[in-house]
Amino acid sequence: MRIEIPEYCLVVLVGASGSGKSTFAAKHFAPTEVISSDTCRALVSDDANDQSATRDAFELLEFIARKRLAARRLTVVDATNVRPEDRAKLVRLAREFHAFAVAVVFDLPERVCQDRNAQRPDRDFGPRVVRNHIRLLRRSLKRLGREGFRYRFQFRSEGEADAAVLERQRLWTDRRDDAGPFDIIGDVHGCGDELEALLGELGYLVGRGVEGYAISHPEARRLVFLGDLVDRGPRVADCLRLVMDAVADGVALCVPGNHETKLLRHLRGRRVRLTHGLDGTVAQLEAEPAAFRDRVAEFIDGLVSHYLFDGGKLAVAHAGMKNDMLNRSSGAVREFALYGETTGETDEFGFPVRYDWASEYRGEAMIVYGHTPVAEAEWVNGTICIDTGCVFGGKLTALRYPERDLVSVPAAKVYYPATGRPLTPDADAHNADAPGDILAIDDVLGKRIVDTRLVPNITVREENAAAALEVMSRFAIAPNWLIYLPPTMSPCATRGSGDLLEHPASAFGYYRTNGVDRVVCQEKHMGSRAIAVVCRDADVARTRFGAAGGTAGIIYTRTGRRFFSGQLAGFEQQVLERLRAAAGRCGLWEKLDTPWLILDCELMPWSVKAADLLREQYAGVADAAGLGLARAVDALERAGERGAETAELARRFRDKAEMVEVYAQAVGRYNWPVDTADDLKLAPFHLLATEAAVHDDKDHGWHMRHLAELCQADGLLTVTDHRVVELGDEASCTDAIAWWEELTAAGGEGMVVKPWDFIARSGKGLVQPAIKCRGREYLRIIYGPEYTAEENLERLRQRSLGAKRSLARREFALGLEALHRFVEREPLRRVHECVFAVLAMESEPVDPRL
Amino acid sequence: MLLTISTTHSPATDLGYLLHKNPARVQAFELSFGKAHVFYPQASEERCTAALLLDVDPIGLVRGRGSMSTDYVNDRPYVASSFLSVAIARVFGSALGGRCRDRPELVGKPLPLVARIAALPCRSGDDVRELFEPLGYEVGLEPADNASGNYRDVTLTGRKPLAELLTHLYVLIPVLDGRKHYWVGDAEVDKLIARGEGWLEDHPRRDLIVRRYLKQRGNLASDALARLADDEDAGSPDGDDRPGAEAFVSLADARLAAVARALKESNAARVIDLGCGEGRLVEQLLADPQFQEIVAVDASVRALETASRRLRLDRMPERQRRRVKLLQGTMTYRDRRMQGFDAVAVVEALEHLDPERLATFERVLFEFARPETVVVTTPNREYNVKYPDIPADGLRHKDHRFEWTRAEFAAWADAVASAHGYSVAFEPVGEVDEALGAPTQMGVFRRCA
Repeated sequence: MRIEIPEYCLVVLVGASGSGKSTFAAKHFAPTEVISSDTCRALVSDDANDQSATRDAFELLEFIARKRLAARRLTVVDATNVRPEDRAKLVRLAREFHAFAVAVVFDLPERVCQDRNAQRPDRDFGPRVVRNHIRLLRRSLKRLGREGFRYRFQFRSEGEADAAVLERQRLWTDRRDDAGPFDIIGDVHGCGDELEALLGELGYLVGRGVEGYAISHPEARRLVFLGDLVDRGPRVADCLRLVMDAVADGVALCVPGNHETKLLRHLRGRRVRLTHGLDGTVAQLEAEPAAFRDRVAEFIDGLVSHYLFDGGKLAVAHAGMKNDMLNRSSGAVREFALYGETTGETDEFGFPVRYDWASEYRGEAMIVYGHTPVAEAEWVNGTICIDTGCVFGGKLTALRYPERDLVSVPAAKVYYPATGRPLTPDADAHNADAPGDILAIDDVLGKRIVDTRLVPNITVREENAAAALEVMSRFAIAPNWLIYLPPTMSPCATRGSGDLLEHPASAFGYYRTNGVDRVVCQEKHMGSRAIAVVCRDADVARTRFGAAGGTAGIIYTRTGRRFFSGQLAGFEQQVLERLRAAAGRCGLWEKLDTPWLILDCELMPWSVKAADLLREQYAGVADAAGLGLARAVDALERAGERGAETAELARRFRDKAEMVEVYAQAVGRYNWPVDTADDLKLAPFHLLATEAAVHDDKDHGWHMRHLAELCQADGLLTVTDHRVVELGDEASCTDAIAWWEELTAAGGEGMVVKPWDFIARSGKGLVQPAIKCRGREYLRIIYGPEYTAEENLERLRQRSLGAKRSLARREFALGLEALHRFVEREPLRRVHECVFAVLAMESEPVDPRL
Repeated sequence: MLLTISTTHSPATDLGYLLHKNPARVQAFELSFGKAHVFYPQASEERCTAALLLDVDPIGLVRGRGSMSTDYVNDRPYVASSFLSVAIARVFGSALGGRCRDRPELVGKPLPLVARIAALPCRSGDDVRELFEPLGYEVGLEPADNASGNYRDVTLTGRKPLAELLTHLYVLIPVLDGRKHYWVGDAEVDKLIARGEGWLEDHPRRDLIVRRYLKQRGNLASDALARLADDEDAGSPDGDDRPGAEAFVSLADARLAAVARALKESNAARVIDLGCGEGRLVEQLLADPQFQEIVAVDASVRALETASRRLRLDRMPERQRRRVKLLQGTMTYRDRRMQGFDAVAVVEALEHLDPERLATFERVLFEFARPETVVVTTPNREYNVKYPDIPADGLRHKDHRFEWTRAEFAAWADAVASAHGYSVAFEPVGEVDEALGAPTQMGVFRRCA
């Protein structure tokens, strides 16, 4: 006997003890696929035949079966299952997980079973048990057909069971080996003119002869129709013919819509109300020969509820698909594919309120669907509805896969009055404003592992995620703008001697040992990190970033807060406007072929962001020390005049006073008054990403070049001064060190050393993306006014960089991953996951002065 | 960092005996945070000045064992702080305790004394005056008290026994500074009681001194106040000495009562307090058995920990305990755990959201959590003119992103209600002003059947 079963199903073995179920299971299934009641009994009671453990054993069996089915794994239940109530439970279980239930019945003669049991020393429960099993089984057999098993197989002899050949078959929905390319077309509703125009637009050759349609594409693209071909529109029969011919020729695939299934019921002679445009379809089909109507019925009957394509990356269904139904089979799956999910409530127009399954969708596959007419096709969590209401006067839309381009042709006219919610976005004010991608707490909370293309499997610890959640929800900008967070940056190792803590030679040494030949040294600006997202216009901000309210960009800090807030809020749009204009003047939009860009910058002065901190803490220290030290020196000198031995102490406190003096100067450099945007300076140093690319494949020369052009276009923008250093060339290194000395002697903060390539690797993995070397005076702001006293320097030299560098590496990988995911148009939660992880990493306890 | 004490007592050099420090020598003492030096810039029969100079180790403060600060850049090494009190106790211990072997007759005798404290942190000169003037000192300030800046040189002139002056300095310097470098524990209460004997009981700013000295820790402070005042009311140790704070406290109570009543009237049994803070509403709801399940949600883990402590969850009887659940969650991430409840209260939380996040919050609450009842309270901005401390156009809290007028709140609430199938009714909370309305506005949303 040939036993053909779906590769995903619940196989229920039915038969008396000793009928050969386990032997059969062992022969045809992997050991992990089979859950045996005996094994479960043994697991809970150490005795496979302990009948008192039966209840616990079956609970365990069901628990395991649930886990397996949830993971879409074929599962075999090896128990006697001779009672209808036991089988009913399993059929329900199969349905719950949208798996077909398959019964394999071992209806063997009693003697065979008794003999087998007799050979097994552990089964000494007497002949009565087997006899009872067989009686129950035989009584069940007649009704087995009505118990809900999609497939049933029955063995009447040992030989039959032995000879059985088992074959697993792919589900109809499973087209994972088919990668397209496809053009997926939304609800046509008999709009034949628009359909033909759209096919032309997509590059299909559409021929029509007496034989019907002949459709082909020079690049062998294929069509996928999302159903609702019929009803309401003028050319229903043509549309059906076109699609049926294309499907027959292998040029198209089609899933059914709710209008097709209703039409099928009508064609099958069932009583169906001729509403919602079905009357028109029926009238048009009446004009066709009966054979055509039969062909339509057969076609619709053969349609598969939904398809999963391309290794699981793409799925199509008429009204959508939930992840836990995808590539599974059940009545519920089919219903969902046809109608979506409704809440049971109705809206003000009397239409069912649809449950927003897409906002909850978290699956891997991109879901393309139709059914609900929308004004514009928009991505929500990796799903997109492309029914743009052609028949109601909207447009007919196709989504190209894998390109993800949308192609539409407008409706020639309104063919059918819209009866539900109006389509125009302004009339549907709530929907236009409402963010489609709502993040779920499960997307971020708890221990998480984020896989990035640079560093695999980065773990986010639970407590760090908890800390990040507070910061993210209380202070961060809206997540749709937050597509990147910069990594922390490690300083260089400290110098072993001398009066400097940090020096470029240490950074050069680090890169040299990690196999980097060329680095770029960039001036470290005395400001705050700022990330600027700049859109060409508000429309781009809306479509690409989902931003409402007409803003066309944002500037945020390294922890994702809005840079300008409170009284400074007005600066944001001014700075963005200047950036936008500058990008226009230097032709950046065209050169990079992008409507938006994201820049990594330093914004000066520091006092803009940290006015309070500067005043309260940094300037305060200078004030207090100034007062106190002057008095101390004075008192010591007077005591000295009296002859007390205070000379040494007086010298010590004079030194302190001097150090505080230079500290005050260092702090003063970070502080200048800002009254208008013109008092600001913005120094961009990375052109992180644009529409089609994350520019982490370009070297820093490319970034510096493009940004220099941008900076020339507006005085607000400051070029980042830099030097390229060949680490193998002594003179080149010396020059750069001299430059650093000059910079820092003039009060500059220092410099940042980066490998010439944006991403550099050594044998040990990712090399630090940047290392900072801060100047002697600047470090007073970090380590306090008196850090340069030898006894203090000595202690400060001991600092460990390991944790900081590991963080920097992980955060760098996460930040770029976020950008890549955004550029690849992955759902918001996938982008958010990465920036959230960066924020979580930042809550790690690491010395903040590094 | 520098304290000098001068006297014109004759002979002035007796000061050396009282302090147990020889005017001819320079002495150094090792302390946990650095060194203290004692020397005499002046020592004549007419006038004698002793100096106590602290040389605080700035790196040790951060890097040392049990380090006291997290930032190398801090004013601790340069200001008069509790370090100075510690040094007084260590270096001038006998004098502070009123012991003197060589001049016992001088111990209790008021002497003409001038103390000069360099770089004392204080918000204004008045802070210094109100502490020292009631004790009989003439207070000199440099820079003058109306100048800006948070530090001043303070000169105290008075006729006092030396021990008394030292005691006043010992207690009041940390009070002015407001920061203590060592952990404030129960022992501090005893110390304060002992040192405050004879002057603190009747000091007009007694409560402030106790609270600040004990670093605004409620329990310790009320304990100390009770012991100082015996039968007197210990007062409310909430650490908020902003004028007008009482009004806010009573408003908070009125608000909680109003919210609890709205929840009760909705017949809710399972409720969520979204943005629960330290759990005051939860505490109130627990008292009413109608609320069978109370879930307190906050974005801040620290807030939840505080709530847990305040509610004494670990000591609550099992049946009570089962009624309460604390969850970390937010208003901007949808949350399965918040589904299926009868009511959600959002008390003074809305205004902490950036306005552009409101749309997300609406969906999270009204579309996904979708309880039968939602109770929202938020400040009524119109009423702010009645608070003298709030500048024109100012908001009530630093973290408020916006505050709404009654019309703005109503417009928002009506739009949300109609978009999500709710009806909404409004109610004023707190004393109603005829023109301005009540300080708090409350909206009660009910899901339409």
